[in-house]
Amino acid sequence: MSFRTGLLSLAATGIALAVAAGAAPASAQESVKIGLILPMTGGQASTGKQIDNAVKLYMQQKGDTVAGRKIEIILKDDGAVPDNTKRIAQELIVNEKVNFIAGFGVTPAALAAAPLATQGKIPQIVMAAGTSIITERSPYIVRTSFTLAQSSTIIGDWAARNGIKKVATLTSDYAPGNDALNFFKQNFTAGGGEIVEEVKVPLANPDFAPFLQRMKDAKPDAVFVFVPAGQGGNFMKQYAERGLDKSGIRVIGPGDVMDDDLLNNMGDAALGTVTAHHYSAAHPSAMNKEFVAAYKKAYGNRPGFMAVSGYDGIHMIYEALKKTGGKTDGDALVAAMKGMKWESPRGPISIDPETRDIVQNIYIRKVEKVDGELYNVEFATFEAVKDSGKTKK
Amino acid sequence: MTAQDDVGYHARQQARWRLSEVAFWVLVLACALLFPSRYLIMTDILRLALFALSLDLILGYAGVVSLGHAAFFGIGAYSAGLLALHGIVPEPVLALFVAGLIATVVGFLTSFLVIRGVDLTRLMVTLGIALLLEALAERFSNITGGSDGLQGIEMQPILGLFAFDMFGKVGFFYCLTVLFILFLLARRIVHSPFGLSLRAIRNNPLRAAAIGIPVNRRLIAIYTLSAFYAGIAGALFTQTTALASLDVFSFEKSADLMLVLVIGGTGYLYGGLIGAVVFKMLQEIFQTITPQYWLFWIGLVLVVIVLVGRPRMHRWALWLPNLVIRRFAGRKAVVAVPERDGP
Amino acid sequence: MTTLFTILFDGVAYGMLLFVLACGLAVTLGLMNFVNLAHGAFAMTGGYVCAVLVNQSGWPFFAALPLAFVVSAAIGVALERSLYRHLYTRSHLDQVLFSVGLVFMSVAAVDYIMGSSRIFIRLPAALEGQIDFFGVGIGRYRLMIIVICGLLTLALQLVLARTRFGSRLRAAVDDPRAASGLGINVPQVFAFTFAFGCGLAGLGGALSAEILGLDPYFPLKFMIYFLIVVTVGGSSSITGPFMASLLLGIGDVAGKYYVPKMGPFVIYTIMIVILIWRPNGLFGRTAAR
Repeated sequence: MSFRTGLLSLAATGIALAVAAGAAPASAQESVKIGLILPMTGGQASTGKQIDNAVKLYMQQKGDTVAGRKIEIILKDDGAVPDNTKRIAQELIVNEKVNFIAGFGVTPAALAAAPLATQGKIPQIVMAAGTSIITERSPYIVRTSFTLAQSSTIIGDWAARNGIKKVATLTSDYAPGNDALNFFKQNFTAGGGEIVEEVKVPLANPDFAPFLQRMKDAKPDAVFVFVPAGQGGNFMKQYAERGLDKSGIRVIGPGDVMDDDLLNNMGDAALGTVTAHHYSAAHPSAMNKEFVAAYKKAYGNRPGFMAVSGYDGIHMIYEALKKTGGKTDGDALVAAMKGMKWESPRGPISIDPETRDIVQNIYIRKVEKVDGELYNVEFATFEAVKDSGKTKK
Repeated sequence: MTAQDDVGYHARQQARWRLSEVAFWVLVLACALLFPSRYLIMTDILRLALFALSLDLILGYAGVVSLGHAAFFGIGAYSAGLLALHGIVPEPVLALFVAGLIATVVGFLTSFLVIRGVDLTRLMVTLGIALLLEALAERFSNITGGSDGLQGIEMQPILGLFAFDMFGKVGFFYCLTVLFILFLLARRIVHSPFGLSLRAIRNNPLRAAAIGIPVNRRLIAIYTLSAFYAGIAGALFTQTTALASLDVFSFEKSADLMLVLVIGGTGYLYGGLIGAVVFKMLQEIFQTITPQYWLFWIGLVLVVIVLVGRPRMHRWALWLPNLVIRRFAGRKAVVAVPERDGP
Repeated sequence: MTTLFTILFDGVAYGMLLFVLACGLAVTLGLMNFVNLAHGAFAMTGGYVCAVLVNQSGWPFFAALPLAFVVSAAIGVALERSLYRHLYTRSHLDQVLFSVGLVFMSVAAVDYIMGSSRIFIRLPAALEGQIDFFGVGIGRYRLMIIVICGLLTLALQLVLARTRFGSRLRAAVDDPRAASGLGINVPQVFAFTFAFGCGLAGLGGALSAEILGLDPYFPLKFMIYFLIVVTVGGSSSITGPFMASLLLGIGDVAGKYYVPKMGPFVIYTIMIVILIWRPNGLFGRTAAR
């Protein structure tokens, strides 16, 4: 028994030392600190990496000083678990005295941090999570990614107008999936379309086979799909395997399924898929070509829509600091961001002064082969789309 | 001295508070006062410690393995969250107790499924129960908020006096108090004749049954108690973070818990506490160094712990204290004895 | 009616896949009594080896499959000789701690080397699409899985039941002491068996990329499925896990098709009910070891 008692006191000393070592020293006030909270591990890790890469790329290109103040990024991994997000955000605000919190890979994580942003009067830049309600949870939240309502309503309208009468839906069963489904349904049925089959698949879902068989049996004109980034590839492969492409059933959906990150590996089955989204690596603008080239050079693969959200997020922070002359008062910064307009690799975008949500062009794209690689080629544009999740109210 | 007296004497000897135990708690309290900026992570550690304590009760003392202890944690967490959200029991301490009781009821009901079978069966049955509950919580998203979790929980001040603050100070002392009270209770229980009978069951269920211990009833009792502890830990989680999401039921939660307890050692109550500290600090340190690949280093530490072996590590860890004791106290040094492992 | 057959077919393919992935674990856990939660890491290794060979070095898919087996088996035997064998006598909890540590390391290492995005293996055109067989849609890829896994299962059964090695293995498992007394090199038999299990997992990993998806978190995501197969099947023979895999595969696919709203309930409920009914698995030996 005695060795344990020794061990006990030792452990207690250990706690003391370890906690002391973990405690961060209060640092000088000169630099502007940005707490970047992202899922760097776990199923959402690729989202976190893209955003982190894009932020690093931007800072390499534009330098790490703005309005006379140095920018310091503190990257933290929350594994997309909301209570981690909340604790990390709280510690960053209380101990590190960060001036911004940014990132947020999934909706629950963004929601968990919202009350802290309000309490601490700290701008919260949402760079990934796409559920409509997020920006309503705190007056300090500004979003540079997208909302599912934006792309889903557009594809709903487009489908109804382009001869698609019957649609079967396959969506992941969580908040963004339900958002996508509801907004699509609303616009598609308003345009005279009919939903013939509605399947919600569990979030952690290895095999799409049974759900796809249901799709096939329903014999729709098209399948509307929303699955989280990453699962899209498996979906497309099995869609082709089941011969749905041959039986003339098209795939439509918000662009998450055809993420540029994965698209090229999906194989020819993906050809002809029509999606609505805010960003394609094939967006024909000089700025985007430069962005894609720089990103490819630095990290060896194509940027996806998450990367561009991170790129725009850090850009917005830079611009807001320029406007306030380097002052980091939360209210002033949010005021500076409201109504801000700029040219992004995805096209012209702005921040809605009322909802602090992003206003952007939504493009209808079709998967085509360009120089032997698969790309989402844009063929129609809906300009300056607001988040209809909020404008409807 | 009769045999009965003998047993009683030894039991009482075992149950005495040792100096190092007092030192441990004093140091914990000292930490609370020394590092006011680290309340949040320390609160996290305390909750995990309480949760690990609850697993230690069944694993370390009764030899029942569980890979689904998050089930009760989750029940406690969602109960506390719903109680606060709908204002059913607005006062946190009372809500904590109610949430614990709900977990207890679930624990009692599921205990009948768990006491059957061998280790592997138990692992999978407990895991299955936790996963089923997770699926249920996802299905009834109108009650639980589904994958978004319970949103908008606002906690009332504790006993109407202490409001939860941004720095986590109140939350920390709240958790510390609860942990300490429940620890005392657990200590009392494991040193009681009831606790001794559990150890007999762990060491050899057949023999325990032969000397007249009602094995199944004892196992049900301790499993239920353990569910109560886990429920309290879950409720503390919700109350101090104002969050409850599906992760509370997840496999990772149960698996991490198992790691924590095995790192700290089973069957002496402090194992969970020490394991929680070590695990969380390792995680925190590695995450600060490399936010992307910290998992690798944690894994490496686990592998090394096992390969080196705990007894040898204890010897190394005690080398310095032993030296000091020999030098200054002049008495015989503390010797490491091989630790008794769980089943 | 044809749909029913398609569902059955998909379920069988899915189950076969699970079997190949998990049967190595059934051997280490059931026969050698070692809790190797790192089993999925070997499957992931095989998957990535195959993906790199096919996508980057331009190997044909069918040539890369055996190599996935060989590489995983080689890594398996290296780890067995250097690390695992010291832990056979340790408590289960230590084994859990150790193998989970290995999983964490493999996850982070693969993430570091290959990135965290999901990857796919480029398939030959012959494996894409479906064959229409009297109105029943049969996926070519799934058909291939059934053929490969079916042959493997038969071979395994034969090796275990009919060959000298099989009887040595069974002897070594039943009583290692007596077996080594009879001149059987027990450590060698164990090492070989372990490596073979890892190789099978690697092959399964390569085959499953198409259906389950392959990313660095594969070993953690599917650990539960492997465990379910082994516990439900019991560990007395290959037959148990095989039947359990089929049951799980068909149950999962049919459950999702006919009652998609019940989602994961089907599998977990089946598992709990079976384990309550037969605590040692469907084909478990009565005396628990």
